[in-house]
Amino acid sequence: MDKLSAFFAMGGYAGYIWPTYILALVVMAVLLIVSIRSARTNERDLEAAQSLRPSRRRRNNPSAVSPEAGTEEVPQA
Amino acid sequence: MHRFANPARFLRIAAIIQPWAMAVAALAFVAGLWFSLFVSPADYQQGETVRIMYIHVPSAWMGMFCYTAMAVFSAMGLIWKHPLADLMARATAPVGAAFTFICLVTGSLWGKPMWGTWWVWDARLTSMLILFFLYLGYMALADAFDDPERGQKAAGILALVGVVNVPIIKWSVDWWNTLHQPASVVKMGGPAIDSTMMVPLILMALAFKAYWIVVLIFRTRSEIASAKLRTLRMAQVHAAGQAE
Repeated sequence: MDKLSAFFAMGGYAGYIWPTYILALVVMAVLLIVSIRSARTNERDLEAAQSLRPSRRRRNNPSAVSPEAGTEEVPQA
Repeated sequence: MHRFANPARFLRIAAIIQPWAMAVAALAFVAGLWFSLFVSPADYQQGETVRIMYIHVPSAWMGMFCYTAMAVFSAMGLIWKHPLADLMARATAPVGAAFTFICLVTGSLWGKPMWGTWWVWDARLTSMLILFFLYLGYMALADAFDDPERGQKAAGILALVGVVNVPIIKWSVDWWNTLHQPASVVKMGGPAIDSTMMVPLILMALAFKAYWIVVLIFRTRSEIASAKLRTLRMAQVHAAGQAE
């Protein structure tokens, strides 16, 4: 038990050493979680929009040959 | 936007690399923590506070590394108009800002017991603070325009101009008088640091580097999806306008 409390006391510098490690962990964890969530959200939104697109394009533009074509393929009016 | 180079290859490679980077980051981080907190000894001058170094120094390295990477990606985006490079520059910025922030705060936490002050306006600390502001400026500028390509261009130029700060940080401890200790790892004549302290330092540096790869891939995936989504919505608006 003494060894454990000595470890946490860090030679009297506990107030400087533990905040260092906790700060690094918290900042890195938050950035990782935010990044994962942003990737998930955007990829899900993109999938939803892509599944909507062909029908909408056919409805708006019946002459469109290829529903997979990019923006530059939009026929001139 | 039709220039948006096929990101499929990036996503394919990223899907292979990411799990490995995660494994390396997790293993190196656990091993690094073990060595920093348990195995490595207290310093003969600085006592236990030397353990702050194992977070502080790799964070500083990452702050400078991420900025350099961001500048290289920005240069690729500006010169070859490769939008994927721009997206990777954008994706790197918050990681670099986070590590620079960690470096600054842990430096304060180390400075108070060892120097007797949280902060001094010397060259090393000031140039590191400027690095942090450069990251914030880059992120603000990249999002400041309605047209993301214009924002990207402006931010890319800022990244390139600001890269002059990186060598200033590196050699600030040699060029100017400072409280900050000089380099002891990356210096002429080899490292002047004991292997018991070198091991946790290297492990942490490895963990942080792998962490950067993991986050970079997540953020680039997010940027790719959001750029595609924007293109798609613009096409829909365009098509709707023509149908009328």
